[in-house]
Amino acid sequence: MDFFNQDLTSLHADLVAKKISAAELTQATFDNMAKTDAKVDAFLNLNADAALKNAQAIDAKGINADNLLAGIPVGVKDNIVTKGLTTTAASKMLENFVPVYNATVVDKMLANDMVIVGKTNMDEFAMGGSTENSAFKVTKNPWDVSRVPGGSSGGSAVAVASGQVPVAYGSDTGGSIRQPASFNGIVGMKPTYGRVSRWGLIAFGSSLDQIGPMTRTVKDNAAALNLIAGNDVHDGTSSKRAVPDFTAGLTGDIKGMKIALPKEYMGDGIDPKVREVIQNAVKQFEDLGATVEEVSLPHSRYGVSAYYIIASSEASSNLQRFDGIRYGFRAQDVKNLEDVYVRSRSEGFGDEVKRRIMLGTFSLSAGYYDAYFHKAGQVRTMIIDDFNKVFNDYDLIIGPTAPTPAFKIGDEISDPITMYMNDVLTIPVNLAGLPGMSIPAGLADGMPVGLQLIGKSFDESTLYKAGYAFEQATDFHQATPDLGGTN
Amino acid sequence: MAEERINAEQVKHVAELAKLEFTPDQLELFTGQLEKIIGMFEELSTVDTTGVPVTSRVSDRQNALRDDVAVQSNQRQALLANAPETAEGLIRVPTIIDESGDGE
Amino acid sequence: MNFVTTIGLEVHVELKTNSKIFSPSPVQFGAEPNANTNVIDWGYPGVLPTANKGVVEAGIKAATALHAEIEQETYFDRKNYFYPDNPKAYQITQHEKPLAHDGWLEIEVDGQKKKVGIEEMHIEEDAGKNTHASTHSYVDLNRQGTPLIEIVSKPDISSPAEAYAYCEALRQRIQFTGVSDVKMEEGSMRVDVNISIRPAGSDTYGVKTEMKNLNSFNYVKKSLEYEEQRQQRVLMSGGQVQQETRRFDETAGQTILMRVKEGSDDYRYFPEPDIPAVVISDDWIHDVQATIPEMPGSRRDRYVNDFGLTPYDAGVLTQTKEMSDFFDATVAQGADPKLTSNYLQGDVNAFLNENKVDLQDTKLTPENLAGMIKMISDETISSKIAKKVFKAIMAGSEPVKWVNDKGLVQLSDPAQLQPIIDNVLENNQQSIDDFKNGKDRAVGFLVGQIMKQTHGKANPKVVNKLLMASLQAR
Repeated sequence: MDFFNQDLTSLHADLVAKKISAAELTQATFDNMAKTDAKVDAFLNLNADAALKNAQAIDAKGINADNLLAGIPVGVKDNIVTKGLTTTAASKMLENFVPVYNATVVDKMLANDMVIVGKTNMDEFAMGGSTENSAFKVTKNPWDVSRVPGGSSGGSAVAVASGQVPVAYGSDTGGSIRQPASFNGIVGMKPTYGRVSRWGLIAFGSSLDQIGPMTRTVKDNAAALNLIAGNDVHDGTSSKRAVPDFTAGLTGDIKGMKIALPKEYMGDGIDPKVREVIQNAVKQFEDLGATVEEVSLPHSRYGVSAYYIIASSEASSNLQRFDGIRYGFRAQDVKNLEDVYVRSRSEGFGDEVKRRIMLGTFSLSAGYYDAYFHKAGQVRTMIIDDFNKVFNDYDLIIGPTAPTPAFKIGDEISDPITMYMNDVLTIPVNLAGLPGMSIPAGLADGMPVGLQLIGKSFDESTLYKAGYAFEQATDFHQATPDLGGTN
Repeated sequence: MAEERINAEQVKHVAELAKLEFTPDQLELFTGQLEKIIGMFEELSTVDTTGVPVTSRVSDRQNALRDDVAVQSNQRQALLANAPETAEGLIRVPTIIDESGDGE
Repeated sequence: MNFVTTIGLEVHVELKTNSKIFSPSPVQFGAEPNANTNVIDWGYPGVLPTANKGVVEAGIKAATALHAEIEQETYFDRKNYFYPDNPKAYQITQHEKPLAHDGWLEIEVDGQKKKVGIEEMHIEEDAGKNTHASTHSYVDLNRQGTPLIEIVSKPDISSPAEAYAYCEALRQRIQFTGVSDVKMEEGSMRVDVNISIRPAGSDTYGVKTEMKNLNSFNYVKKSLEYEEQRQQRVLMSGGQVQQETRRFDETAGQTILMRVKEGSDDYRYFPEPDIPAVVISDDWIHDVQATIPEMPGSRRDRYVNDFGLTPYDAGVLTQTKEMSDFFDATVAQGADPKLTSNYLQGDVNAFLNENKVDLQDTKLTPENLAGMIKMISDETISSKIAKKVFKAIMAGSEPVKWVNDKGLVQLSDPAQLQPIIDNVLENNQQSIDDFKNGKDRAVGFLVGQIMKQTHGKANPKVVNKLLMASLQAR
C-alpha cells in the first residue's frame, strides 16, 4: 500500500481497530517500497528484518491508543545515527559505518513504537540542495523523475511524497528540510534551534542544524514534532522550555492574525510563477481573516554569504574527525600517518564536501578570520535584529520557500553559486535559529511550489495553526505525483 | 576587479591545513570556484558592522552544565571493533613522522 | 654586553574530578587501555560535549588561589589540529574568554620577594596518549577529556631561579585548593617554558625559544640556564636567535633543536557552538570560594602567632597540604603544637624518606600521633618508651591501648619507686661510698640499676629526685 489516501489519524484508527496490524502495515510498506523506490531512489538502506520484528513486538503488546505514531512506518535521514543500522551520511567516508548508539530522536521513535523502515538518501553530509551530492545514488523527484528532489533531505522528502512512508525525518542547516518539502509538495518543519536534540545528528553546522519532520499534512507534521521535541541531557544547546502539544489549536481559525510579507522575498530573483503562487497564498490568508502587510528584512540579502562562511567553517571543524583512524574509511596502502589523513580524506569525501571544508578552513585561517568568520557573525546579528523588529508587530512571516520549483538533474551541480542561491530564502531562518515550515501552495508548470512560514522563537504552534488553516482552505496537499500508475 | 582573492598556492596551503590533496586539474577547478565564492563573500565588506556584536550561538541556554558524576560506558569493545586497526586494546596507526604535531 | 632575560611559563594542571570535562567517562589512572572511554571521547559522528560543572568550580578555586579575576561570562573555543591522540581533530579550550585573568603569585628568591603576574587561566580538555614504536603508533584515549587548567604567566620572570620559584609557588597554592595532586612525576603538572634575552636598555623583546613538557622543576631551571647562556653566545657572536622549539636533554644537560617555527601555527580558533556560555554569578563564586581550604600563607601566620612556632617550622609544615592538614588535625586532638611540629619534621619525615612514601599512604593517623604526644606531655611515657610507641603507631596501633597492653606506662609514683630505690641502695654499698667520696659517676650507675629493675619505665626526673634524697639521708 501507499500512504496517499490516509493520514496518521486514519492509519491510527485502523491500527487501534485492528483493521490492520503493525506487522501487516510494515510488510505492506516494504512491498510498496520495492516497486516505488526503484523509480525514485529515496532510500539508501532498508531495515526490513528489524522493522518487521519491531512491528510484531508492537502488535504483541498492543497499539497505544493515545499515541498517533504507534506502529507507524518512518524513514530516517541517513545523517541520524541508528545503533546497529549502517549510517553513511551518504558519504564514502562512512560507507560501512555501523553506529554503536542511537540518536536521541531515534530512541524517541523506538520508545514510541514507530517502525524505522530505512535510511533515506541525502547530499553527502547534508551539503547540497539537490541530493545529487550523495556518494551512492541520485534521488528523483516523483513529480518529474528528470528533476531533482531538492536537498539535502531529498530522500526523506521523496519517501513521503512518493507515498512510501507517511512520515520521514530530515535535518535542516540552511533549508534542507523546507526546500525539498517545497520541491515535492509536502510539509516540512525546521523547528527552533534547541527545540529538538542534536545528539546523534552527524554535525554539519552546529549552530544551525536542527532535525525536523516531513509529512503530507500539517497535523501529521505537528504530531511528528511532538514526538521528537524536548530537552536532552546529551545536548547542552537543547532548550528546557516546556513543549506544547503542537496538534492543539489546529482550528482553522486565524482571524486577526498579523502576517508579514518581506519585500525581499518577492524580488527579482524569484521565479515569477513562484511569486504568483505566493501572491495567491497571500490572498488566501486574507480571505481567512488574517492581515498581510509588506515588511523589510534589509540584511537578508547577505544571508547566503554569511551562511556559507559560518556553516562551512563549523563544518570544516566538525568533519576533521573523519581521519581514517578510529572508524570509517581508511585509504589503502598508506605509508605513514600523513598518508592516512590526506589520502583517507581526499578519497573519502566528495567534491562538494571538500569545497565546503576548503571554504571553512580558509574563512577561519590566520589573516582571514576577521574579514570572513568574524564579519559573518556580525552580519548574523543584524539578520536576527531584522527578524526581531518584524516580530514586534507580526505573528508570523510568509514568503516562498525556494526561488524556483525543482530544477533538472545535472543543471546546477557544476555551478556552486547558483546552487547556493537556492537557499537564499531559507538560510536567514537558520542563522536566526527560528522555526520555519514549508507547506504546499500550488503548482507551477506541474511542479509543486512551497509556501514558507517563519515564526518567533519556540512558536512552532503559530506556524502549525496558520499552516493548518491554509491547508484546510485549499487542496494543494491532496495533489499527488503520478509515478507511472503506481497509485 | 581588485587583486585576486585566492590563488593556487593559497588553495594548496588551505588544503594542507584541512589534510586534503588535489590533482593539478582539481586544483585549477577548485581555485576558480573558490575564487568566485569568496568573491561573493566580499559583499559583506560593504555592510557597516561597527560596534555590532558577533552571534556564535542561538541556543536559549546558558550554564548547560552536567554534575560531576562518572559513568562507565562499557563501550570499549564496540568502539575498538569499528577501528580500522587495533592492537591489544589500543588504536593502531602507521608511524607518526612529525612528532611535533601536538598542539599544546 | 649585559642582557635582560624574559621568561614565560605555560603550566598545565590536571584536575582531580570524578568525570571528564566534556563526557561522563571516569577520570582514573591505570585503567586498561581505552577502558575509560565512550563515544564522546572517541569523537564519534553525532556526539556532543556537555560541560562538567565540577570543572568550572575547580577552575574558580584555582583562579582564586592565583588571585585572578574571574570572567563572569565565559565560553569555550575550538583549537583545530590533527593528531592521533586528538580524536575530534580539535581541542575544546578557551581562547577568547578564559575563565580567569590578571592574577599573580608571590615568589621569593635569595630573600627577595617579587610578584609575578598571571596573564590568564583557562579550562580545557587533555588529549589521549600516543605510544610510538618503529612502524606504528598506538593510541589510548583514556586520558582524552581529562580536565586541565592552563596557567599562562606574564613576562615578569627574569631568571631561571625565579622560574623555579614560580613553579613551586604555583604548585603549592594549587595543591592547597585540593583541585589537583599537582605531581610532575605523574603528569598532573606539566610545564612549558619560553625564554628570550635582549640587550640591557633595549625595550623590544628578543626572539624566544620554547621547551615543552619539562619533567621536573630542576629541569625547568637547568634548561632555562642552558638556554639563557646559549642565546647569549649566539648574540655575542653576532648571530640571531631563531624562533624554535627545543628539547631538554637531561643527561647532557643541554637543549637540542626540535623544529624551527615558521610564523605561528594556524589553529583556526573559533567559538565552540555546542556548549552555551557559562555565566558565573557573584553568589556562585562566593559559594565556591567558601569551600576553598585555607591557603599556606594564612596557615603559616596562624602557626607562628597562635602556636608559637618559628617561621622556619611553619614554612616546612606548609610545604604540602597533606602535611599541614595533618599538623592541624593532630593539634586539634589536643597535641602540643611544638612537639607535633618536631615529630612531623623529625621522625615522621625520616620515616617517609626512608620508605619513599607520602604521608597519606602511611598508617599514621592524626589521632594516634596526638595520642602519643599527649602521653609524652603528661609524662605517661618516657621519651625512651616513646621511640617504641612511634614504631607502633607507624604500624597503625592505637598508642594508649598499646602502651597499656605492653605495660609501658611510666612509673612516677614515689610510693612505688621508693622501695625499688631502697632495694638498689641496699645491694650497692660500694656506690653509696663512692658517692660520699664525691664520685658523681656513682649516681649514673644507680639510676641505671633502678631503670633496669623497672624495665625502663621509671620516670627519670622522679627517680633522680628520690635517689638524691635517699643518698643524702644515708
